[in-house]
Amino acid sequence: MLRDITLGQYFPGSSVIHNLDPRTKLVVVFVYIVLLFVGNSFVSYIVLGALLAACIAASGIKLKMLLRGIKPVIIILIFTAVLNIFFTPGTPVFTLWRISVTYEGLRMAAYLIIRIVMLITGTLLLTYTTSPLALTDGLEALMRPLKKIKVPVHELTMMMSIALKFIPILIEETDKIMSAQKARGADFETGNLIQKAKAMMPLLIPLFISSLRRAEELAMAMESRCYHGDDGRTRMKQLVFAGRDYAAFALTAVTAAVMITLAVFGF
Amino acid sequence: MTPIIELEKVSHVYSEGTPFELAGIRDVNLKIEQGEFLGIIGHTGSGKSTMIQHLNGLIKPTAGKVYFKGEDINASKETARDVRFKVGLVFQYPEYQLFEETVYKDIAFGPKNMKLSDAEIDDRVREAARFVKLPESVMNKSPFELSGGQKRRAAIAGVIAMQPEVLILDEPTAGLDPRGCDEIIDNIKEYREKRGATVIMVSHSMEEIARTVGRMVVMYHGHIAMDGTPRDVFAKKKEIESMGLSVPQVTKIAERLKAMGLPIDDSVYTIDQLMLELTALRGGGIRC
Repeated sequence: MLRDITLGQYFPGSSVIHNLDPRTKLVVVFVYIVLLFVGNSFVSYIVLGALLAACIAASGIKLKMLLRGIKPVIIILIFTAVLNIFFTPGTPVFTLWRISVTYEGLRMAAYLIIRIVMLITGTLLLTYTTSPLALTDGLEALMRPLKKIKVPVHELTMMMSIALKFIPILIEETDKIMSAQKARGADFETGNLIQKAKAMMPLLIPLFISSLRRAEELAMAMESRCYHGDDGRTRMKQLVFAGRDYAAFALTAVTAAVMITLAVFGF
Repeated sequence: MTPIIELEKVSHVYSEGTPFELAGIRDVNLKIEQGEFLGIIGHTGSGKSTMIQHLNGLIKPTAGKVYFKGEDINASKETARDVRFKVGLVFQYPEYQLFEETVYKDIAFGPKNMKLSDAEIDDRVREAARFVKLPESVMNKSPFELSGGQKRRAAIAGVIAMQPEVLILDEPTAGLDPRGCDEIIDNIKEYREKRGATVIMVSHSMEEIARTVGRMVVMYHGHIAMDGTPRDVFAKKKEIESMGLSVPQVTKIAERLKAMGLPIDDSVYTIDQLMLELTALRGGGIRC
């Protein structure tokens, strides 16, 4: 059911990956994503895949949990892969009627699948091993320079952490209201699109109302504890880079160097 | 006679196969007879809510069977949906599920889903409103304009309007003032008497359970730890307290009086009983 959604979910743990500074993880993931699109050969994806595999192994997160995140995009994945296979011009492998499957097309489709799967597993590894709070803390620290040009960094990250915090609460709430309406005979599954949309009203209206109520309550609770924004705010947990963070940066730099070399020399 | 609802070795595990795996209930066996008023108590997280959601097929057991009048309710999708109309479930804080423009329409939501005729729906809505003592004047108001107690009653009416044979309520009085609590309990009692319905009530308040139900079940760590009349259950004070629950305050007073040397019955659990005991003692010539 709804509670099985793993979007943005955090699995607590104490592995090396869990203990890395969130800033490190954010930077590494960013570089990793860039490298995914720098790579243009199977050799380069093996290099990057090895890095990802090492991180997954070190994190202790089950591969099954990571692959679960791919499920929602599987249709898009197949669709784009098929389009790529059939509509990329190049040397034909074989021809069916007027459509030919090309060597280039197969390669493009394979790259595409590899890129998307690695993109999802990589980013999921980040959210699985980093608590939402640490994640937004890291983001705030990384974006601090933007404050110079009047970007409300603290406010943005505060909004983000509140939003993240509310996801599981809202999922639970949705589950509850859904059960309550089902107990009164509501049917969310059968019917055509319009009927289904109409059937959602008994779910959406209470959900909106309770979200507004929760937002108001939270604002009140924050104000009554004298929350006043960024200025003069201190932290209980200061972000400090440790040896493992420098090691992670070094490893990423080496991987990046290898990837770029491979791309330049066209392997 | 076949029990109206029967649970047979029912277990439910949440998020099976993930690190969040959590046993809701384990190996629960329970028979509920026609017309019974059953109370369910237990600590937070003891599996009460999980169990009651099995009774009308909202949750499917991961192992075991649930029977309604001898029929397996999870046999097919149709039977599961059918049972929902016969076993009405009022969730905790049911006022959060109100959504229609008017109170009338909201109460009519259940009966409408049963595909009844308009006249029948109208009858049922008005009768349900009478059961929970909602005045005619609020029927055309938005449910969001009502007071907390009225919202709660409107939501309960929404389930009563389906005229279920079994009415299940998860903490129907949570968060209400004492008078609101009494009113709701009276409404439920009245529904049971007039309709001959079976009522199952989850509650945290021992006092409430003690003076309302005929039989009570104590849940502990996902299984049924005790099952019997309030008299039987509250007599086992030590056991109940070891589960993080307590006996009604009146029972504690009776115990203290007994410790002071008054010959009082062991299983006093309502104020009325204690009053009877004490007046009997005075009649017997002992001053207290």
